[in-house]
Amino acid sequence: MAETETDLDAYAEAAAAMLGLAVEPEWRETIVVNLRVLRAAADLVGAFPLPDEAEAAPVFTA
Amino acid sequence: MSDQADWSLAPAAEIAAAVSAGRVGARAVTEAALARIGRLDPRVRAFTDFLPERALARADALDAARAGGQAPGPLAGVPFAVKNLFDIAGLPTRAGSKINRGREPAARDAALIRRLEAAGAVLLGGLNMGEYAYDFTGENVHDGDTHNPHDLTRMSGGSSGGSGGAVAAGFVPLALGSDTNGSIRVPSAFCGCFGLKPTYGRLSRAGSFPFVGSLDHVGPMARSARDLALAYDAMLGLDPDDPAQADRPAEPAGPSLEAGIGSLRIAVAGGYFARMGEPDAFAAVAAVARALGAERGIEIPEAARARAAAYLITAAEGATLHLERLRARPRDFDPAVRDRLIAGAMIPAPVIERAQRFRRWYRDAVGALFREVDVILAPATPCRAPRGGQKTFVLDGVELPVRANVGLYTQPISFIGLPVVAVPVRLDEGLPLGVQVIAAPWREDVALRVAHHLERAGVARAPVATLD
Repeated sequence: MAETETDLDAYAEAAAAMLGLAVEPEWRETIVVNLRVLRAAADLVGAFPLPDEAEAAPVFTA
Repeated sequence: MSDQADWSLAPAAEIAAAVSAGRVGARAVTEAALARIGRLDPRVRAFTDFLPERALARADALDAARAGGQAPGPLAGVPFAVKNLFDIAGLPTRAGSKINRGREPAARDAALIRRLEAAGAVLLGGLNMGEYAYDFTGENVHDGDTHNPHDLTRMSGGSSGGSGGAVAAGFVPLALGSDTNGSIRVPSAFCGCFGLKPTYGRLSRAGSFPFVGSLDHVGPMARSARDLALAYDAMLGLDPDDPAQADRPAEPAGPSLEAGIGSLRIAVAGGYFARMGEPDAFAAVAAVARALGAERGIEIPEAARARAAAYLITAAEGATLHLERLRARPRDFDPAVRDRLIAGAMIPAPVIERAQRFRRWYRDAVGALFREVDVILAPATPCRAPRGGQKTFVLDGVELPVRANVGLYTQPISFIGLPVVAVPVRLDEGLPLGVQVIAAPWREDVALRVAHHLERAGVARAPVATLD
């Protein structure tokens, strides 16, 4: 995911527009703090090697 | 027990036995509970929807049926209440939110309410919770915070905070909660109750407002393992209305509750589960391990990554569920919930798919441990209940937000749907702590047996809070 704090702020602005979310300026800081935590979690999970054959376990059954 | 006031503090099993034998009427039990709630709940704030008329009508119907010769059921006359994300006929299902109050009133009760009432229980009302269940504190900006009955200046824990508060305060012997990442086990620990988070897919979630379909569980909270087992057994059974429910036969826990720990192989989780917490959290685990003769340790692999993956899936699925509401009414959310959900909506899809794939790997890795052991012990929370309104705490020298981190020991377990009984431990005269008794998938019976044994041994206990 994004590399720097500036990137996260810019990412939040762009993503909000894409999602159709009207983010008030005073919410932005908390959203970026949350994104930082999520990015760390994503990096941790992403660093774990999984074989291409490792599929998710969806509940859906036909 | 003939004094009416005493019935408000009796265990569910005792009430059911007395009502079944005709020693007391369901109405008298219900009236005692209603009176205690009316007197003391303004201080605890466990209830958001108090339903005395419905409860008394139900109690009268039970008494009339018994007088007419009908068998009253295994939960005869047992008062209970439910986290307000369960549908209650005639009420909008608020799920701790302001926005949901505008929903159509529920046409019928949630599946588990219907099953408990079919077993003779009496619903007293809906209970407070953190907004949309995205919470570990029991605090709610719309309805006020549920206070910990053992110390009203402390958090109840959440998100099933009203459920923990109502059980610990002696308002009801039985409550229902939901647990996505720890929301039954955290308030059980902070309020000193027994809580059962069953295997993912075991109990029907039909008629409960969802949070994260991949991780949502529902289950009972009580002041004894026997009462948990009674309620659990009454709620078993397939329900086509829950698409995630597994096609398993009903496997009741009551028949083996007294079997003791016998040859069960019990281990203490090390590594991740032995770090970060305050010494008391580990002392509680050690006390339980001693009572069970559990000397071996076991490492749950990649628990930190499992927690991270649960965190990501929760944020993304929760955000997806609420996206339209975030677009249309963002100011009507609790700001702390809103900003987490908005960030969750922004997670790129590959991150979530990766977390789901990791979940499958982790399930297999942890599943392999249950070839060596039957039960794993771990702390339920890293500390005792924080102060109400406390935003951060220091764990292992690092200051962290309370709201997001109380569940660091519960998240890696619910992530793969393992059944857990949170048992309450009193190390001293202070606030309770909780220990997770974790069993293999579909072995709720084993976790409940161990919890019952610990209660018999005096290590786990859930006294009613002194509020009078």
